[in-house]
Amino acid sequence: MTDSPQAPATTATPARKLLEVRDLMVSFETEDGTLTAVDGASFSVDRGETLGIVGESGSGKSVANMTVLGLTRARYTTISGQIFFDGTDLLSLQPDELRKVRGNDIAMIFQDPLTSLHPYYKIGWQMVEAVQAHQDINHDAARKRSIDLLKLVGIPEAERRFDQYPHEFSGGMRQRVMIAMALVNDPKLLIADEPTTALDVTLQAQILKLLQRLQKEFEMGVIMITHDLGVIAEVADEVNVMYAGRVVEKGSLDQIFYDPQHPYAWGLLGSLTRIDRDRVARLSQIKGQPPSLISPPKGCPFRPRCPHSFDKCLELPELKQRGGETGHLDRCWLDNEKKKSLRIVEGGEIGLEAPAPAGARS
Amino acid sequence: MARYIVRRVLWGVGLLVIVSAVIFLIFYILPSADPAVLRAGRNSGPTQIAAIRHSLGLDRPIYEQFFDYMKGIFLHFDFGFSYQYNVPVRQLIVTRLPATTYLVVGAVIVWLLMGIPTGIISAIKQRSLLDRTTMATSLALISAPVFWLGLVSLYLFAQDVGQFQIFPGQGSYETATTFVGRGEALILPWIVLAAATAAIYARYMRSSMIEVMSEDYIRTARAKGLTERRVIMRHGVRSAITPIVTLLGLDIGTLLAGNAILTESVFNIPGVGRLLYTSITRSDLTTIQGITLFGAFFIVIFNLIVDIAYAYLDPRVRYQ
Repeated sequence: MTDSPQAPATTATPARKLLEVRDLMVSFETEDGTLTAVDGASFSVDRGETLGIVGESGSGKSVANMTVLGLTRARYTTISGQIFFDGTDLLSLQPDELRKVRGNDIAMIFQDPLTSLHPYYKIGWQMVEAVQAHQDINHDAARKRSIDLLKLVGIPEAERRFDQYPHEFSGGMRQRVMIAMALVNDPKLLIADEPTTALDVTLQAQILKLLQRLQKEFEMGVIMITHDLGVIAEVADEVNVMYAGRVVEKGSLDQIFYDPQHPYAWGLLGSLTRIDRDRVARLSQIKGQPPSLISPPKGCPFRPRCPHSFDKCLELPELKQRGGETGHLDRCWLDNEKKKSLRIVEGGEIGLEAPAPAGARS
Repeated sequence: MARYIVRRVLWGVGLLVIVSAVIFLIFYILPSADPAVLRAGRNSGPTQIAAIRHSLGLDRPIYEQFFDYMKGIFLHFDFGFSYQYNVPVRQLIVTRLPATTYLVVGAVIVWLLMGIPTGIISAIKQRSLLDRTTMATSLALISAPVFWLGLVSLYLFAQDVGQFQIFPGQGSYETATTFVGRGEALILPWIVLAAATAAIYARYMRSSMIEVMSEDYIRTARAKGLTERRVIMRHGVRSAITPIVTLLGLDIGTLLAGNAILTESVFNIPGVGRLLYTSITRSDLTTIQGITLFGAFFIVIFNLIVDIAYAYLDPRVRYQ
């Protein structure tokens, strides 16, 4: 396997983790103006660790991670910040150097396994291509490696299925093929972008189990991007909550689930279905729409949808430890004690609800 | 697959019978001229004309005429007799097919070589100056009538009347005797015939390519760390070019069917198109019918080839 190319040493403090993204900013020039998809996001993940990134569509979670792989580089895209991987700033790499990292040291799997595989090529051909893009080995060896991986991800009759087209596989099997193809070069980091969203619930659990098993076997770092807190609860060690291109809260799985600091996180938790409780008439939801990324609201981006917002929210709060424990950071101006009472809604659950009316503003 | 092909061939035969019936009816309902009168010549009386009409079988009921015509085609591959040339229509067409085929095959190669790469590059360099220039040029070429383009090219480049005497001009195909010589004579016609189609293919390939390059599997290909060149050629073009095959089959079919009529007329190439032109001006009904049927035949055949090719190009079609 080829080594990842070494970039010139950067002046910033050296990264200690496998991947460290710092102050990442990604914006696209569109006909309507500049769209800032990622606005100063920082996150990190280490080998053997799973980072869950949760947020709505358009929160920048996918764009941030595609930028790690250089997939957003284009003429109308502006990218700034730092992305340290194994001590190398990926943003400083030439396209061809970065290409050697993609699919080799960092692999990615996507949401829809039906459209993510090329319909005209046999899956074996596509896997061999992935191997040979990074390893100087002959077809037979690449084939053997691919079949081994297909077996590892639980595809029965791997030798026969190697010569089949994607449309001959079921949805769950296709996602297994995608995973096998991603792991074929023994990556150190796997970015999974909503890998279970297009699958039905029973398959979701299988795929998540599979990913967890493979993570141990390959000692990989995993970034799990999802809008589904259920998936996060299943696999994540650390959680980042993203909103409008920013990380608004980050902490351990328990910190986020049992002591959420940001109203947006309350809203996400409040809209979960619970099988351990009686069914409520209607799931609660976060009112309103995510803000425009072309002309974002002033101050805290969640302010227009937040029932607890007040004057101070016109200023953007920085991401730092406020009411949470060590390592639990958030971007919310609300008083730490007040948060504890505001986030408890009817039934004693965590949720996001309008405060009592008539001058009772926080 | 075999069953599919047999079914398609039977369909094609049925279609050809329908096409010939329609042509037959059109000339029966809307005759452009009376073939018997034309054949009799200027100084002939009604009795002579009636005699000719009887000898040609034109006084019999139309269904009998049609049945005889069909019988001739299916049993003897006989398309009837040209009133004007006094030879079997089949022979007329067959002797003109080589020129048309030579013209069409050359033009196809020219337009594919020009259109496809232009489309790919335009799509990759979308919204660049190069893209805008080629797309504007292609629009101009699509808009330019073939006869005008033909005359302009002769005026500019023909060896007899041209301003820059580079290529053989009008009528040089008939005087050329060798394959290479005829090829030289066809350089200008190839370019003229290919120009508009090349432009259409470039635009089609461009939009097809732009669509494909935004597909999820292209993102996967990039995420695998393939070179951009491989992503474009093996993953992008492979998908984008498939619909072009459909277009190509139809275009070759219609051109062989006499659609090169304008180019053949401007450059005086003795092909099927020019035969069609002279037959129409002389109301040579059997010849017109023959050419139309031949044309329908080519279109049916190339459609069949396209469908079979498609099954090989797109594995998803094979299993349906």
